[in-house]
Amino acid sequence: MTSLKKLLLGEQGLVVIFAIAFAIVAATVPNFLTERNMLGLLQSVVTIGIVACTMMFCLASRDFDLSVGSTVAFSGMIAVMASNATGSIVVGLIAALLCGGAVGLVNGVVIARFRINALITTLATMQIVRGLALIASDGRAVGINDPGFYQLALSKFLGIPTPIWVMAIFFVIFGFVLNRTVFGKNTLAIGGNPEASRLAGVNVSRMRIWIFALQGLVCAVAGVLLASRITSGQPNAATGLELSVISACVLGGVSLAGGRAAMTGVIVGVLIMGIAENVMNLLNIQAFYQYVVRGLILLLAVLLDNLRSAAAGRRG
Amino acid sequence: MQDFLEFKAISKGYPGVQALADVSFSVKKGAVHGLMGENGAGKSTLIRVLSGDQSADTGEISIDGSTQHYRSVRDAFDAGVIVIHQELQLVPELTVAENLWLGRFPGKAGVIDRSRLTNVVREKLSEIGIEIEPSAKVASLSIGERQMVEIAKAVMADARVIALDEPTSSLSSRESEILYSLIERLRSQGKVILYVSHRLDEIFRLCDSLTVLRDGKLAAHHADITAVTREQIISEMVGREISNIWGYRPREFGDVRLEVKEIAGSKLRTPMSFTLRQGEILGFFGLIGAGRSEMTRLVYGADSRSQGTVSVDGVQVTADSPPHAIRAGIVLCPEDRKLDGIVQGRNIEENMAISSRRHFSPFGILQPKKEAELAEQFIAKLRVRTPSRKQDIVNLSGGNQQKVILGRWLSEQGVKVLIIDEPTRGIDVGAKSEIYEILYELAAQGMAIVVISSELPEVMGITDRIVVMCQGRVAADIERDDFDERRILAAALPDVANASQLPNQQVQSR
Repeated sequence: MTSLKKLLLGEQGLVVIFAIAFAIVAATVPNFLTERNMLGLLQSVVTIGIVACTMMFCLASRDFDLSVGSTVAFSGMIAVMASNATGSIVVGLIAALLCGGAVGLVNGVVIARFRINALITTLATMQIVRGLALIASDGRAVGINDPGFYQLALSKFLGIPTPIWVMAIFFVIFGFVLNRTVFGKNTLAIGGNPEASRLAGVNVSRMRIWIFALQGLVCAVAGVLLASRITSGQPNAATGLELSVISACVLGGVSLAGGRAAMTGVIVGVLIMGIAENVMNLLNIQAFYQYVVRGLILLLAVLLDNLRSAAAGRRG
Repeated sequence: MQDFLEFKAISKGYPGVQALADVSFSVKKGAVHGLMGENGAGKSTLIRVLSGDQSADTGEISIDGSTQHYRSVRDAFDAGVIVIHQELQLVPELTVAENLWLGRFPGKAGVIDRSRLTNVVREKLSEIGIEIEPSAKVASLSIGERQMVEIAKAVMADARVIALDEPTSSLSSRESEILYSLIERLRSQGKVILYVSHRLDEIFRLCDSLTVLRDGKLAAHHADITAVTREQIISEMVGREISNIWGYRPREFGDVRLEVKEIAGSKLRTPMSFTLRQGEILGFFGLIGAGRSEMTRLVYGADSRSQGTVSVDGVQVTADSPPHAIRAGIVLCPEDRKLDGIVQGRNIEENMAISSRRHFSPFGILQPKKEAELAEQFIAKLRVRTPSRKQDIVNLSGGNQQKVILGRWLSEQGVKVLIIDEPTRGIDVGAKSEIYEILYELAAQGMAIVVISSELPEVMGITDRIVVMCQGRVAADIERDDFDERRILAAALPDVANASQLPNQQVQSR
């Protein structure tokens, strides 16, 4: 292998490609490398970034969650409605977390205990939860009464908006959980070989329930931040989020076959998705083309991944 | 007869390993040629080169006098070379006939000629003496029958060279018998058969000639197998004399360690009980499907119990799940290492620490240093052959994988009962002795050990007592002093009257 090939197909290949792409974009696209645009870019990937943290665990353990978009919308709705009704933002947040966690728990229990395929289960809950959000709001957006709620998304710390901090903190926490805890290692082991993990004493069904419950909780956090940013609970918010999140994970080298995941990869995947969209906006490319470009990026990422595992196979 | 298949100075290296170095030998037409060697000796690589899956760095293969230049499995197939791997390549949801025609269905304009499909296959099958209904779904066949279908596939494709990679490793003795007679027929049709096996009995029974590989080099080539002895082959394989590979040592037994009372489950209907003392090695013997593995899975809690109790040192295990069993001190090394034992894509260290790390990971946070120490300790203690503890477990040989799984359990605290299912399946002679040694040492320390094996010489060689199972029931419970091959085998057979018709190779010890 030539050294270039080695670099691109190696462990850090994605990071290298990302760095090159970033440098090219920064040099050629006007207004890209400004503080305002950078913050805007990061703001735009907060939802995807936060949800990708737990989606990574889901995929790494050979599972799949399609219900994340609906859960984000539903828990955002609940947060707004509960805080409007009680006048307390804290109650709204707790209600949102409970609802998100409950959706995840139901997913987990159905998948792990009743052994229903994750794709089917979450396809069902995706529609059920979206339906619940529409029923609860009668299909309309619910405005936020307490201006304090806006502050969740508007407030800044050290000049950087809170949601970006939340995303960054999630990246750190879940990166630690994946690499440095028994939970993370067991997730990867289950993805690598579920039956061997079970016989080695890993409580596989409990792990899977936990992973889905966590996914639900994290979706609730993302939902609350999203609702705060769009200043209302929208039953139709975050449609198609599940596909963007899974794309970001796959871009980041998370294997759909399970057993392989890295937080840095997922972060890069999320950023690539964000930059592509940001650049197209800056260049005034019509939104319709953006779908095509996003699809192409995903295809390229999967092809690259394929080349990479083939290269790894030869090395092994 | 002239040389039909020739390997000429084949070399093949992988980064860090010279898998094959200058291997040359030839096989005559109409011969069954054995290929033996320890795991890692280069057999698999040679087979891969032959199958076109990998190309040799240097050297060439010639068939019927013409040098082959194939670069893919497809090219090898066209040249008449077919390799039948341990993992069979059949589509379970298609019928036997459909599998045999796969890729070139007979018919016009995409419409399959169904009668031709089955009739041609039926003819072919009866020609080579395979009694399988062509319209049966492959999923409904036993592993042995599927193997027959694979061979039939090779015959259908007019293969001139058929290589079989450990074909009998998962077959019952009856199925093996059928396979042997099929191979005899293929030989009489002038095919060249390359037969990879760890079993000396079948090598002597089937093969005309034999090649032994060791460390990627040709260790010996015997053009006439009748001129060699078992001991000679074993020493050629390992490069040293092994007088007694069992190395059994008598031990003192302590109090009852494991007590299993009336356990049953969905796959083992008749309730079963047995006890096991400290320091005792108990063997379970039976034909495939006799319920041995099912029984141990119930004891370990891998499958749920419908009734019965398991107690360790007089304390009943509270629930039937692997975590409960492990906490009570019962551990299992599963029968199918690939499927149930190793976690693919993870390294040795992680595969070892997967269970025991909970003891030294406060709040679930890993301690990489301790895991590394633990891995190094057991790699050294169990003599796992690997360049590093960071090696992906998939890259290890079967024997070394088994040692890693043993290490997984030895690093647990307070293991009292070790259940080891087929401890040495697919493991070479040298590593076998090492694994037996480990078992003896553990037993001497007071551990109670359950060994399940389909190899009678092995169970007789290493255990203190044998429970023979037959059709889900205990058929006999025999102490070491009373071990008798015929008696054990007779108890294992569903129809005792068949005992007299046993194939001889079954009762020969090696």
